[in-house]
Amino acid sequence: MPHDQLEAIQLEGIKKTVINCYENVPFYHDLFDQAGFDPYAVETLDDIRKAPFTTKQDLRDNYPFGFFAVPKNEVREIHMSSGTTGVATVAGYTDHDLDIWGDCFARGIWYADGGSDDVAQICYGYGLFTGGLGAHYGCEKAGCMTIPISAGNTERQIRVLREMGSTILCCTPSYAMYIADTALAMGLDPKKDFHLRAGIHGAEAFSDNFRADLEQKLGYKVLDVYGLTETMGPGVAIECMEQNGLHLAEDHFYAEIINPETGEVLPDGEWGELVLTTIDREATPVVRYRTRDITRIIPGECACGRTHRRIDRLHGRTDDMLIIRGVNVFPSQIEDVMKTFPQVASWYQIELTRKNHLDVVTLKAEVNPDFDFDQISSIERLQRDIQSAMKTALSVGIKVKLVEPKTIARSEGKAKRVIDLRGDDK
Amino acid sequence: MIMQLTVFLENSEGRLADLCRTLANANVNMSALTIAETSEYGLVRIICDNVFHAVDVLEEAGFRATKTKVLAVELPDRPGALAEMLEALDSTKVNIEYGYCFQSNGDTAIDVLKINPADRDAAEKAISGAGFKLLHWDDIVS
Repeated sequence: MPHDQLEAIQLEGIKKTVINCYENVPFYHDLFDQAGFDPYAVETLDDIRKAPFTTKQDLRDNYPFGFFAVPKNEVREIHMSSGTTGVATVAGYTDHDLDIWGDCFARGIWYADGGSDDVAQICYGYGLFTGGLGAHYGCEKAGCMTIPISAGNTERQIRVLREMGSTILCCTPSYAMYIADTALAMGLDPKKDFHLRAGIHGAEAFSDNFRADLEQKLGYKVLDVYGLTETMGPGVAIECMEQNGLHLAEDHFYAEIINPETGEVLPDGEWGELVLTTIDREATPVVRYRTRDITRIIPGECACGRTHRRIDRLHGRTDDMLIIRGVNVFPSQIEDVMKTFPQVASWYQIELTRKNHLDVVTLKAEVNPDFDFDQISSIERLQRDIQSAMKTALSVGIKVKLVEPKTIARSEGKAKRVIDLRGDDK
Repeated sequence: MIMQLTVFLENSEGRLADLCRTLANANVNMSALTIAETSEYGLVRIICDNVFHAVDVLEEAGFRATKTKVLAVELPDRPGALAEMLEALDSTKVNIEYGYCFQSNGDTAIDVLKINPADRDAAEKAISGAGFKLLHWDDIVS
């Protein structure tokens, strides 16, 4: 579709979205009024720039259903993303929303010329995390034989890859690498023993070297997928076989790149923060949602001929959010948990490392002098309690290591709570 | 009841030597030392003179050290003495959290027992009731 026709669709959709938000979501009613933004006066796509931004905090403040623009009996499903203070952000989906979600993710399979002859193995986690079900709807929509195996149990993943002849693998890139390395260590040759053609890998950043290594080991093509729970889930943008940027689903999402400091909209080609407005989401539409993800619009057309514009692969975040095994974690969440453990509260540090391509999280904590550490059992109990509190708060398993006093580096000003040693690859 | 010195050590090279050197420089004399270990760290339990001073010196030197109240029982150095004492304790249903023995001179041994503070009185009664001598920390600090 020529881009001007696409823009006409976007304009129609955005007009509906802002009016729908104004009339059905009290938060937006107040927000627009305060900002002096008239949702009935949107005449061009540029008019959306007059609308105020929506932030993750706004979604959190309206937990659980404050952003629903439809009655609950029209909502078929919800997903949640972790929040910084224990409060999650909630996305709702109507039948229509689930349908477009499937369509958006299915594009990745279509880009790879996939369809009903494909066997799709989905090893993203199923559940409130959007990865598993988002990929599932996409693979079903594309007509694949879909294997909802979910994450974990790597030997079973490998057995299924061999015995069922999976051709498309959907999971985080680090897990794909872990599967590849495990298969190699078992004496298999994944290029011969597996039948993979394409991998749709997202939820965490990976470098070009990592991609090349993965493609070489598994003998397939790796496509990057982008998405976030607040606007839908995976499928907001996906790479085509050119592997030169991710095509935005511009018929469902309107993208702007802004200067994160000033909020000013930047021209195509410049790096900044991605801001998304949903075009036809029913349950939880959002207007100018600040993703905090740093990317740019790649100018010009893609060699594949598709007219949907591309965003570049992500270059970090404008906040301090960490992505650990595909899960969003904020350092403040860790601090909130640690405040409940006076035995170690003063000095602690989270160390992120990568072992066999998987993220390993180690919390090092100095025990306080008044903690009764005289018995091994009391130390082990403390370690277990911290581990389980962290697992509950972050949905990520961590290792707790108690250390001697003054072994954690003191810094001037705000303590450095997180050290990320994961590097690029390996 | 006596005071034991407990030190938290990471399992790293030279740490135990550092600990002993620090105590030596502070002129602290040890009567017993035992280590409870896991793969990552160890708890070093020490009976010594001048425990309060030892804790201060160690904390100053960057160790995590604390004082722990433990029972110390003087036992005759003959077969069966420890069994008799523990049987006396057993009748009270008091739980021993950990324990160890060391010899103080040719005739007697000293048994150290960590008992939950709530049970300490009952334990002391049972032990002295069975005819064993409970030591005060003055008895050890010489």
